[in-house]
Amino acid sequence: MRFGKNIFYYRSYNVAIYVGLAAKGGGLLSEPILAVKGLKTTFYTDDGQVPAVDGVDFSVRAGEILGIVGESGCGKSVTSLSIMRLVSAPGKIVDGRIVFNGEDITHASEKRMRQIRGDEMAMIFQEPMTSLNPVLTIGQQLVEAIRIHRKTSKREAEAQAAEWLKLVGLPRPKDLLKSYPHQLSGGMRQRVMIAMAMVCGPKVLIADEPTTALDVTIQKQILNLMKKLNRETGTAIILITHDLGVVAEMCDRVIVMYAGKVVEEGPVKAIFKNPAHPYTKGLLASVPDLRNRKKRLYSIPGNVPKPGEITNGCPFHPRCEWAMDRCRGSLPEWAALGAGHRARCFLHDMKDGIAPGKGESHGGTAVNR
Amino acid sequence: METMLERKPGAPQPAKTAEASLWYGAWRALKKNKLAVIGACIILVFILCALLAPLLKPEGFDAENLSARLKPPSGAHWFGTDDFGRDIFTRILYGARISLWVGFSSVTGAIIVGTVLGILAGFYGRWIDMIISRLFDIMLAFPSILLAIAIVAVLGPSLQNALIAIATVNIPNFGRLVRSKVLSIKEEEYILAARAIGMKDSRILLRHILPNSLAPIIVQGTLSIATAILDAAALGFLGLGAQPPHPEWGRMLSDSRQYITDAPWTVIFPGLAIALTVLGFNLLGDGVRDALDPKMKK
Repeated sequence: MRFGKNIFYYRSYNVAIYVGLAAKGGGLLSEPILAVKGLKTTFYTDDGQVPAVDGVDFSVRAGEILGIVGESGCGKSVTSLSIMRLVSAPGKIVDGRIVFNGEDITHASEKRMRQIRGDEMAMIFQEPMTSLNPVLTIGQQLVEAIRIHRKTSKREAEAQAAEWLKLVGLPRPKDLLKSYPHQLSGGMRQRVMIAMAMVCGPKVLIADEPTTALDVTIQKQILNLMKKLNRETGTAIILITHDLGVVAEMCDRVIVMYAGKVVEEGPVKAIFKNPAHPYTKGLLASVPDLRNRKKRLYSIPGNVPKPGEITNGCPFHPRCEWAMDRCRGSLPEWAALGAGHRARCFLHDMKDGIAPGKGESHGGTAVNR
Repeated sequence: METMLERKPGAPQPAKTAEASLWYGAWRALKKNKLAVIGACIILVFILCALLAPLLKPEGFDAENLSARLKPPSGAHWFGTDDFGRDIFTRILYGARISLWVGFSSVTGAIIVGTVLGILAGFYGRWIDMIISRLFDIMLAFPSILLAIAIVAVLGPSLQNALIAIATVNIPNFGRLVRSKVLSIKEEEYILAARAIGMKDSRILLRHILPNSLAPIIVQGTLSIATAILDAAALGFLGLGAQPPHPEWGRMLSDSRQYITDAPWTVIFPGLAIALTVLGFNLLGDGVRDALDPKMKK
């Protein structure tokens, strides 16, 4: 059969993920597929240096979905571009390490990075309307994505492309290969983008706000598709979003970023049940709760600071209602809260934890999906 | 229509796919534009004249007949004869070969060199951009015909040198156009997406940036052929282009200008030929622009 090889390829991932799950279930600590340590990406602009990403640590295990949340401008996208080593001038990775699949790629050659990009690590973007080339057909672009990394004939690549279009739930793949991006709706294009990112079977897929530009009915479909692909192929997904609903539904673990720094990290349940950082609490409280309409919607006072604006202490202190003197003085170290849950906040140094009454008033309860 | 496709697999496609490319749409829009069709017809007539000249007038553009000097238009000589008794109609047919050749080849040359320089400047930026852009600025600081005259003066007057001069003065126009287009396309998300699938710079340039900057190049190219023909005629008029006895239209004008009162047909017809070709290319060029970029329509 024509697609035989491809299907085999695809099935073999299933096996891999079952093995992976077994390992997880058995309590074995699986080696992270991607580890980011102390990553610092700075933009050298005319107005001075802007540290968009300022000492970010996290890791992604094979087959897991990691959410990165935060307000606009907190460095989420720059983090993802840094991992792909796609930050271009005036931006530069100035410090830290990116270890992918056991290989330190922080200073890997451009040639090596091109081998990794699209093959072992892939990316999808926020705007499906602009991330496909308008003058090439869907087929040309998919075939290109395959043939950069695989030595296959054009015909074989086309067959694989059509197969992938089917896998991402697009009807009439053969006709679709011949159409141009402008003939497709946003949701269809995002599916094409997903197909394009997945054709080579990457180990990590970075999805930078993949549903933000889509309307809500399509959002759900795209998220389901990503989750399905994650389960079936074992591709780890880094899901960058500012939508906490998406996080609750999709992710295994979450990191919360604020002003270029990670402020809290933990399993999705722990974060939603016991948010430990005041910023996370604020984020959760500002999600509208349908069952409790009387209250006015909470919003975190103030604005996101420009990266590098706050140089002393915890970056959140100007907006934090629990800010103490020491918050202005130095950056809090990680406070471990058990089961991989940790937060950068001095409140956890105090014996009684977060000031109780205040903390409960708008934490935790807001999102419960 | 599109959302239906999202939900119902197998719903009819919105449009037949093969007909959807940018070029097909532009072609259809062009066919509807009457002025552009008129322009294309004028150009076609001149191209046919150029191709068929040896068949229609096998005696050649240089057949002198001193007994029939400066004869007015008649059945034998449709456009009359010049001061050597040469048939002006014949000379205009052969002249079309020179003018069209100069127009097409000088613009093609300018497009190739200008595009390469523009892409280098736009894509690589920094000092490469600095050097190339300043070079363009310097060239554009001169009136183009003056620069062309200077180049021909250095190289020596001949048709080929006139062609090189015209191509050279047109380079910065294309270079700047391509540079600005590359600068904007470079920031498009699909370029980032192409890099994210591991594509090489050279491939991104050829496969993604170049095809996307083609439309304005074609528009500018069509319009530039008109000015190139005009420039060639101007150089010919000044004696810096095609040398006698070649029937270059501008040269014919200048050679006959002393007879303008006694035998006006000697200047009217070459002048008309120049005006018509330029008009044809301008009409077509405007049509192409409207077809490729509907937003620019007045």
